[in-house]
Amino acid sequence: MSQEEFETVIGLEVHVQLNTKTKIFCNCSTDYSNKPANTHVCEVCMGLPGVLPVLNQNVLQYAMKACMALECDITKETKFDRKHYFYPDLPKAYQISQFDKPIGERGRIRIELEDGSERLIGVTRIHMEEDAGKSLHAENGETLVDYNRACVPLLEIVSEPDMRTPEEARAYLEKLKLIMRYIGVSDCDMENGSLRCDVNVSVRPVGTEKFGTKVEIKNMNSFRSVVRALEYEKKRQVRQIKRDQRILQQTMLWDDVKGETRVMRTKENADDYRYFPEPDLPPVHITQDMIQEVSQLLPELPDKKVDRIIKTYQIPAYNARLMAEDRELSDYFEEAVRSHNNPVSISNWILSELLRELNKDLLPIRDCKIKASHLGKLVYLIDSGVISGKIAKDVFEEMYKEGSEPESIVKSRGLTQISDDSQIQEIILAVLTNNSQSVHDMQAGKMKAFGFLVGQIMKETRGKANPGKVNEILKSLLREKYQIECP
Amino acid sequence: MQANRLTISEIQAGLKGKTLTCESLARQYLDAIQKHNPDINAFLSIDPDQVILDAKASDQRLNSGGAMRELEGVFAGIKDNIHVHGMTTTCASKILKGFSPVYEATVVKRLREAGAIIMGKLNCDEFAMGSSNENSAYGPVKNPLNRNLVPGGSSGGSAAAVAAGFCTVALGSDTGGSIRQPASFCSVVGLKPTYGTVSRRGLVAFASSFDQIGPLALCVEDAMLVHQVISGKDNQDATSLTHTPKWTPLKKDTGSLADLVVGVPEEFMGEGIDKEVSEAMDQTIQNLKKMGARVVSVSLKLVNRCLPVYYILSSAEASSNLARYDSVRYGPRLHEGGNLDDLYLKNRSLGFGAEVKRRIILGTYVLSEGYYDAFYLKAQKMRTLIRQDFDHAFTQCDVLLTPTSPFPPFSLGAKTEDPMAMYLADICTVPVSIAGLPAISIPVPRTTNQLPVGIQLITPALKEDQLFTYAQAMEVMLKGNHL
Repeated sequence: MSQEEFETVIGLEVHVQLNTKTKIFCNCSTDYSNKPANTHVCEVCMGLPGVLPVLNQNVLQYAMKACMALECDITKETKFDRKHYFYPDLPKAYQISQFDKPIGERGRIRIELEDGSERLIGVTRIHMEEDAGKSLHAENGETLVDYNRACVPLLEIVSEPDMRTPEEARAYLEKLKLIMRYIGVSDCDMENGSLRCDVNVSVRPVGTEKFGTKVEIKNMNSFRSVVRALEYEKKRQVRQIKRDQRILQQTMLWDDVKGETRVMRTKENADDYRYFPEPDLPPVHITQDMIQEVSQLLPELPDKKVDRIIKTYQIPAYNARLMAEDRELSDYFEEAVRSHNNPVSISNWILSELLRELNKDLLPIRDCKIKASHLGKLVYLIDSGVISGKIAKDVFEEMYKEGSEPESIVKSRGLTQISDDSQIQEIILAVLTNNSQSVHDMQAGKMKAFGFLVGQIMKETRGKANPGKVNEILKSLLREKYQIECP
Repeated sequence: MQANRLTISEIQAGLKGKTLTCESLARQYLDAIQKHNPDINAFLSIDPDQVILDAKASDQRLNSGGAMRELEGVFAGIKDNIHVHGMTTTCASKILKGFSPVYEATVVKRLREAGAIIMGKLNCDEFAMGSSNENSAYGPVKNPLNRNLVPGGSSGGSAAAVAAGFCTVALGSDTGGSIRQPASFCSVVGLKPTYGTVSRRGLVAFASSFDQIGPLALCVEDAMLVHQVISGKDNQDATSLTHTPKWTPLKKDTGSLADLVVGVPEEFMGEGIDKEVSEAMDQTIQNLKKMGARVVSVSLKLVNRCLPVYYILSSAEASSNLARYDSVRYGPRLHEGGNLDDLYLKNRSLGFGAEVKRRIILGTYVLSEGYYDAFYLKAQKMRTLIRQDFDHAFTQCDVLLTPTSPFPPFSLGAKTEDPMAMYLADICTVPVSIAGLPAISIPVPRTTNQLPVGIQLITPALKEDQLFTYAQAMEVMLKGNHL
């Protein structure tokens, strides 16, 4: 059997760092990145003797938002549990996590694939927990620990083993990130560690139901490396099976430089975390009122937004999805459309001109100088024939740099389109007189000269002549005066 | 009477009448400590200069017209598992030798705000595990009433300090009887409040779902006054209750206990209860009847299951709570070298005493995969049933009466080789802890040749006001009816 005769079965365990202002069980700031080690700590997150955790209510609210956005059932009586293991970066030698009553269960994420098809990926559970500190292994063999990250709130989001290709895994991660950013609970930046992802992967012959032995892979630092690790692991596992070798239940580490996985530990001596209910935190009762309150804080989610934009504005699905990848960008689009009802053209302007400039300057849409209504106005000026599309690009450039209003740019720079027939005819006649060679060429059948003449006319009018009219009048003049028939 | 034997109301009357100053009182306590503590070994750390400074400040405050605060002139010793600013917290363990907390326990803050002066830190069993105060890394405490006897535990230092006149009151912690049992062994009053009424912030955790801080004092009223100050909601303890108890003013001259129904669980009478304890119980019951109370026999059927339930649950929690002591961030590094596992293994092996290790191993075992359901989960279910057992008993009576300990204080060293015999010391107190109920131990007055015995009164949760009322009535009754 070849590689193609196998499919991968993939499940993801994602840790999302919540961007609450303070930590999950104390009042320390979570803004620890690039801060000196052990400056964002207190007795609680350091796990000193005699301290007690107190749940940050915002973490609960963020977790509920995430559950709702991923369509999970919210557990009415959720609780915390202690997960035990010894490691110097875990101050209490247990992590406060959730074991058998996670805040959310049975959710799902819709993913879109390259070929335009859609799939639903199940979300097994979402639970709240605290992050650990960071161990730094110095070159002299010493290990130093920074506890700034200890007690930073995390959501662990576990998927069903529903993905069948590395690309689906990527689509799942992209979508998860998009949703978390929409609801404002996390940046989900894998490079910065605000999203971490472990994968479970097995292979099986296409068409079979039974799962193969799964392998867990850790240590990927980008979506790209998740895809690479999965591709590598699929090949490795298929090779093993073809050699009639058993797949061992192992935890592997991805080496991004070498582009391979290597064994971290074999699962035969599985960890025993000795979970038991956290006696320092009473169970949390989630009432209908709390759910109601949080649901009112939820923005329109990406899937709904895309569906609505396509339906309301009749624009291509591709455009709608692309804009919805940034909640603020799609809001910008809708605002622009409110000032001028040409959604297709406005979405094209946003996705081509505007995004190109913003990406070049690494600016988010909220820092863009062009007001949404001004972009709408610009498209209006084109549609009403005041300026040509070409002139519009110049106007856009100035709007982008200065933030000024398009009509005033057009006025002050005298860019109003020349649409008056007699005025255009006069200019064309002058151009024909001055370019008699081109007219001769056309008489000789070299029709390319037509383009040259149009160019000269536009040059003469500094681009302001209405291009449709120029075409039309030039053709009729050539026919009348020189008997040249243009196609 | 010696000033260092005065109750809070007597002290405050003296301060008001200018027959007493805080400073003179402080000096009497310090003298007693200097004379007797080297032998009794109740205090592990004390800062006499600071005590005198604080006493002078109180005097100055009163002299300049400051109002008398609730605990003005009260000198409080603090068990060495509760954080006090500027003093070490060792939990009587080698593994925390020299450990200085960076914050103060809520209860200690509240004591200070109410005018109390912190006397120092009191010896106990290591991490509050024990019933004789012989499990201290800093030596056992002797019973001030008879120095060949143990003072009980784990708050043995707290009970001994009050009994020896080293301080006015002391704070202890009670997980399975650690306030009540030493109170009974040292003939003082000890209160274990309803779980959740006193903040645990700053109390080094042993078994989080059982631990409660409470007072040890010379009389019921003192215990009540201290409890009023230290109890109440603390936003830094998620298990602390919002309930604010309504306190009934105590009547000193309760001549009658008519209408009171006292339930005596039959399981605590007879077999397993020492003769001297039974006699004291009988005497108490006779007196109660004389005073008009109705004494009924009730049953707590699950009493014989309480010790295993308690040792499973409390050890499970202890194994978790004590996992952080790894000598990585604080505490002495008792061993260097080797890999990370060596660091953990050797430091924890050297740092913890035998009893603590026994409980960590037991607790780790009952939480292990494959054993969790059979032990921990089953014990949790039993906990619910034991609570219901008490609920049922309280349908038949207002208050339960039991011995505090099945036997009077025993000789130092008598039970150190037999952990199971030692665990039996808590047979009467542990059920109450499992159910999270309030209970108080008050001494039964004895002749000089007799060993100290205490009785335990138990009420439903959050009924401390009633508990104090009944306890004080019995205290008056017992004092007036010497055996």
